[in-house]
Amino acid sequence: MMTPAIKAEQLSVSYGGRRVLDQVSFAIPPGSFVAVLGGNGAGKTSLFRAIMGLSTPERGSVLVEGQPVGRGCMPVGYMPQMRRMVAGQISGWHMVAAALQGRAWGLPWCSAHARAEVDAALDAVDARELAARPVMSLSGGERQRLLLAQALLDHPRILLLDEPLASLDPARMRETTRRIYDLARQRGLTVLFSTHDINPLMGFMDSVLYLAHGKALLGSVDDVMTTPALSALYGAPVEVVRANGRLFVVADGGGDTLHCCDCAEHTR
Amino acid sequence: MFAYEFMRTAFVAAFLAAFVCGPVGWFLVLRGQSFASHALSHVGFAGAAAALLWGQPALLGFGLSAVVSGMGMGVASDRVVGRDVMIGLVLSLAMGTGALCLHFLTRSAGAATALLFGDILGISPSSLYWLAALAVGCVAALAVISRPLLFASLQPEVAEARGVNLRLLDVLFLALVGIASAMCSQITGVLLVFTLMVAPAAASLRLGFGPMSGMGVAFCLALIEAWGGLYLSWLTDCPASFWIALLGSVVFASANGVAHLRGR
Repeated sequence: MMTPAIKAEQLSVSYGGRRVLDQVSFAIPPGSFVAVLGGNGAGKTSLFRAIMGLSTPERGSVLVEGQPVGRGCMPVGYMPQMRRMVAGQISGWHMVAAALQGRAWGLPWCSAHARAEVDAALDAVDARELAARPVMSLSGGERQRLLLAQALLDHPRILLLDEPLASLDPARMRETTRRIYDLARQRGLTVLFSTHDINPLMGFMDSVLYLAHGKALLGSVDDVMTTPALSALYGAPVEVVRANGRLFVVADGGGDTLHCCDCAEHTR
Repeated sequence: MFAYEFMRTAFVAAFLAAFVCGPVGWFLVLRGQSFASHALSHVGFAGAAAALLWGQPALLGFGLSAVVSGMGMGVASDRVVGRDVMIGLVLSLAMGTGALCLHFLTRSAGAATALLFGDILGISPSSLYWLAALAVGCVAALAVISRPLLFASLQPEVAEARGVNLRLLDVLFLALVGIASAMCSQITGVLLVFTLMVAPAAASLRLGFGPMSGMGVAFCLALIEAWGGLYLSWLTDCPASFWIALLGSVVFASANGVAHLRGR
């Protein structure tokens, strides 16, 4: 049997004194494109931190390609949420290049080989030209492309993308998702793609990892995005509604829309 | 001008300070920690005043207190709640302690002026050896940590994910800022450390240079400020720290103008 790219066994993780993942177990096959779905505080970022070895689980374990996680020495590329940009005045190229061998002591020289590697990562996301500009002059979508290029450095086999669609308009969301999907397929990458809105991922993802109330449910869209499955996960009645070719997950009685997805776009 | 030993000494000391302040300041501005140099120089003032009271060199007291405080800031960087109030209180306490120490010094007025506004023409030739050793050690240490420091400064989350120890870098870097502040205060005084440490670095970043060239340009601009200030002080018989502060503002305003013209 093929070793899972990522396997969580009875994983419990707390953040700020609150248990955000409670004895969660799942296994993600290599090469999968997985949407990690959940509301604010559902544990998406905490799960990513546990996979990267940045937080110590209270219970259970995470295995990456069959190995226990260890800080900084894994085949994982990480694209963080774009909350802040310290380096507003530095060029996008230098921001991306800083990640190349960024752990090594010494001066931040870039050899010809390192330059070629940075350029190749930028080319992969079609960002070579915009990388010449200062980061502060770039739009949200352009910055996301630079962060994606940075995540591709050092040839990772697994990509953890934390809200890569945040602050993008719907057209850009679709375009970004396609770009990531194409890259993942070309390179055989396993992708965990966290998002509040799975709408732009429909037709691209192989499965959904839905996080709620400390629990996780992994499966195909048709298996996970159902009223009985999500009601069981939330531990409260929720309803999955299909309307006008779209799929809504709403809290039963309250009328709050938890998530939606566009059922009309199942084809790539 | 160079016929006088105190002027030759002053020019060498200014070179050494610029050599340190350029690259350290570049990282300081990049990381958004410009105020740290101001804070550490205030704490260093208390240390320098205490050292003078106990008959020790001001540079020693300044350096030790600034380095220890810098490392403390690095350790407590994300643990302090109500950080602005805490920084304000620490700065006030440091200045108050410095004032108390100077009160007990018989030559308090001259010492206070030298500490607060610098006394570059009063630097002894023998002090240059200490300044040179500090400059070489500080820049060498910065060279060792500069690659992971750059990564951590630009993308802390990604750097942490790739195994960079953010806390260790914070502590080491702020210790270097403490040393740089101590050296810079010899030239500009406690109150004007900002001008030699931050203005050239901010101008360099504004002009869009990359890391290595940016640190080099920051050093050159700091040197122009420091040497220009000394020269103008010689010409006008006004304090060098005034001219250095003025040149710092001119350098930064010019860089902004150039960046604006280039559409950055």
